[in-house]
Amino acid sequence: MALALRTFATVKDANTALRSTGTRYLGGGTLVVRAANEGDVSVSGLVRSTDPALSAIEVAGGKARIGASVTMAAIAGHPGLGALAKAARAVGGPAIRNMATVGGNLFAPAPYGDFAVALLALDATVSTDDGELPIEIFLANRNDSRAIVTSVSFTLQKAEGFRFLKVSRVKPKGVSVLSIAAVLERAGDGTVSSARIALGCMADRSMRAKAAEKVLLGRTLDRHGIAAALAAAGQGTSPITDPIASAWYRAEVLPVHLGRLLLS
Amino acid sequence: MAKVPVQFTLNGSEKAEFVDSGTTLLNALRDKIGDTSPKGGCHQGTCGACSVIINGELRLSCLTLAETCNGAAITTTSGIAEGGVLHPLQRAFLDTFATQCGFCTPGMIIAAKVLLDHTPNPSRDEVIEALSGNICRCTGYEPIIQAVLLAARANSQNAA
Repeated sequence: MALALRTFATVKDANTALRSTGTRYLGGGTLVVRAANEGDVSVSGLVRSTDPALSAIEVAGGKARIGASVTMAAIAGHPGLGALAKAARAVGGPAIRNMATVGGNLFAPAPYGDFAVALLALDATVSTDDGELPIEIFLANRNDSRAIVTSVSFTLQKAEGFRFLKVSRVKPKGVSVLSIAAVLERAGDGTVSSARIALGCMADRSMRAKAAEKVLLGRTLDRHGIAAALAAAGQGTSPITDPIASAWYRAEVLPVHLGRLLLS
Repeated sequence: MAKVPVQFTLNGSEKAEFVDSGTTLLNALRDKIGDTSPKGGCHQGTCGACSVIINGELRLSCLTLAETCNGAAITTTSGIAEGGVLHPLQRAFLDTFATQCGFCTPGMIIAAKVLLDHTPNPSRDEVIEALSGNICRCTGYEPIIQAVLLAARANSQNAA
């Protein structure tokens, strides 16, 4: 199905055009063109912006700001974003990674959106033409969002502080059974002083494992220390069922893979 | 539906067409220009049969809108042979029986070409990674992997 595409030099103008009913924003095309090809009749028009700021990556002073049009391949190859490379490479095959954008990944429904899981663990801030929002609030309200995402920003983590795991049946590329990202800080005695754990496929979008985070505080990252966190990991989850895995299976294997990630 | 002009270089030749706004590059190539080497498989970005090279990057033409390719340099499998001589990858696919029904072959060759353009002597794991976005339902993949490794060896021998 052919759709009229309108291109704007500025995000502001594109945002105005996006307010028309049935209009969707075109980033890399891996979500919206796919939907159109699939026969999604709710899509009647597309807009995009060629603003160069959307494709910029800024890494300075321990902070990173990634434009919404930056692709997964660009992130995976950026020397300043090495800790995130694994999460970026978890998205699709090489062609998809050349097209899929950071902004689009925030809207990808489970079982997709592996990079958004990483951003959620990193406590990223999502910038839109209307302002900035914590990623958790943005994700909760994304279905009603009509403001074009312009960038995401977050504090860079040391490689040992950020952990990411994608579980799939097909290697090296496969759809997620689940994905997990964690940002962990430890006190001088080795106990966990701060934990943010994000899960993919355990709801219709990325979510925090807050119960597991809470019980992990003050514990050591060994088999005994993480036991309570693994037991609590499934609290509040509502895993998806798809051809890759059932909700039951995902719930069963979550503690296994979370344990591997925490002990890695 | 509004018609929009699109100009790009396809396999070294200038192309200019009017397409319906929102037309995918896959449909523009096959239906307007007559290059049927990219195949329309899943139209969902899953099978890789429609893979093309746009400005040196591997892309899926089923998910790319033609009008976003204005001014781009596009390469498809039909354009990689030179002077009537098959590209080493094409030759290797024949020599190792890496083609059965042939539907996935153009996408496989394009994905492999991007790999060899950047990594002339890839490891087996790098070949598997490079082809991970392309689905084949006939060969079991092993002959395809062997074909890419054979083409890489042929390249390195030619360069020596």
